[in-house]
Amino acid sequence: MTMTIPAGMPQYDDMPTFDVDRVRADFPILGREVGGQPLIYLDSANTSQKPQQVIEAMAVHYALHNANVARSVHQLGTEATLAYEGAREKVARFINAPSADEIVFTKNATEAINLVAHSWGSSLKPGDEIVISEMEHHSNIVPWQLLCERTGATLKWFGLTETGRLDESDVDTLINERTKLVSITHTSNVLGTVNATARITDRVREVGALLMLDCSQTIPHKAFDVVDYDADFIVFTGHKMLGPTGIGVLWGRASLLEKMPPFLGGGSMIETVRMTGSTWAAPPARFEAGTPPIAQAVGLGAAIDYLNDIGMDAIAWHEKTLTSYALDALSTVDGVRIYGPKVPVGRGATLSFSVEGVHPHDVGQVLDSLGIQVRVGHHCARPIMDRYSVPALTRASFYLYNTTDEIDALVRGLDQVKRMFS
Amino acid sequence: MQLDQLYQEIILDHYKHPKGRGLREPFSAEVHHVNPTCGDEVTLRVQLADDKLIDISYEGHGCSISQASASVLYELLAGAELGDALKAHAAFTELMTGKGQVEPDEEILGDGVAFAGVAKFPARVKCALLSWMALKDAIGQVEDQ
Repeated sequence: MTMTIPAGMPQYDDMPTFDVDRVRADFPILGREVGGQPLIYLDSANTSQKPQQVIEAMAVHYALHNANVARSVHQLGTEATLAYEGAREKVARFINAPSADEIVFTKNATEAINLVAHSWGSSLKPGDEIVISEMEHHSNIVPWQLLCERTGATLKWFGLTETGRLDESDVDTLINERTKLVSITHTSNVLGTVNATARITDRVREVGALLMLDCSQTIPHKAFDVVDYDADFIVFTGHKMLGPTGIGVLWGRASLLEKMPPFLGGGSMIETVRMTGSTWAAPPARFEAGTPPIAQAVGLGAAIDYLNDIGMDAIAWHEKTLTSYALDALSTVDGVRIYGPKVPVGRGATLSFSVEGVHPHDVGQVLDSLGIQVRVGHHCARPIMDRYSVPALTRASFYLYNTTDEIDALVRGLDQVKRMFS
Repeated sequence: MQLDQLYQEIILDHYKHPKGRGLREPFSAEVHHVNPTCGDEVTLRVQLADDKLIDISYEGHGCSISQASASVLYELLAGAELGDALKAHAAFTELMTGKGQVEPDEEILGDGVAFAGVAKFPARVKCALLSWMALKDAIGQVEDQ
């Protein structure tokens, strides 16, 4: 029998295969104990754990190929340079950047945002406007506040709905002819919300502004294509995607980067230096003053290889399963309130919640005594706490190595928390 | 690390039934302190006259450690001579920053000795010290006046 699929009917791939036990075996830290209990790591939105493949790639680099990059004629220098630039190409392919020259390595996502704020932002004038949202990490708020103080430009922002989504009802007035840049998070580090950007992008194009997406909480978890999203800049960080700390990424359209002045001055970023003045190298070197994070780039490249081997679609599926399970499981705990979308649609695997009558610090401390590592506090996103009138929240965030058993342990832990403080 | 070293009964009791909570008048100085890493806040007032802490009143929100610590501070130091209060303050600070190596003196610290276990949890030391740092600041402001 043949089946005719009506035109326009969306078709879905089969659920990809994914073996969480095999994945876990690659992460040495998951074998350790905390306070005599097996480690249950639910803090990957803070920083992810590292697979042996990444740890080894960095060790091999230091053991066998270590040299400075882009300045040596010797063999080791060539090997180090090839490794560093090879990592840049891996990053470019991972996000479908048209060219590796559009990838700027920074020390983290925060520095990448500051780079844009200082370099691109230096030409802003009074009357110009920047638009962010109430959902941002402090790293996508403070650099713009500082830029507005320096230039006299005005900062505006999207509010949030009760359910933890961007309130786009005023998109047409908020983004207007005065708007120069809209910089919003793609996935909230607190609420887990994955923002739909199409309407904002349309409006940004209509008024001739630019769009920057903070993808720190997206790139580790699902396939992302900068061309498809039609962004102008995106930023993310290595340590949340199985890579090392000390390396972040700015992707920018070549046509924009070419026109931007340097951020930091020093070696590597120059074309020629005279005592009377200097000229600048082309991007990305223009924005990478000084010796860059070489071993970290190698580690990030290895992390991308690892993620590609597992498959980003398989990771996204696994996390969706965990998220659905956790939303259901937490809703069975009396006194627990989830902040952010309560359905596993348009959201990532980060869940923030309150436990009635118990401060998050105390929640986190009791869970820690059970080996469960969660984040507590304002999560570097204080305006979200103000928006929902809470002093702080507890956050559990999942990644490819987490299991439903660990979510069960979290739920049992919360029962213990409530017993202790009731 | 044993959890009951941190959450001693005395601490949980002060948390659930805080002493002296609420802002009162008159007062000689008022300060507002926050713990930037976690968002805990305390507003604290002192009424200080003739080298005596006539009243300490406070309002705030935060974890059990920070709230219990404010309650203990009130119980111990409201009504105390300034000299004694500063001595207790120094002893509490020393206890909290002593990494669990300092033997507390119950004569000076009262229920504050229950915080000895907190000193072994570095992430929580700031919670315990929040209201005590606010008190020091408030006394300093009165002395500056």
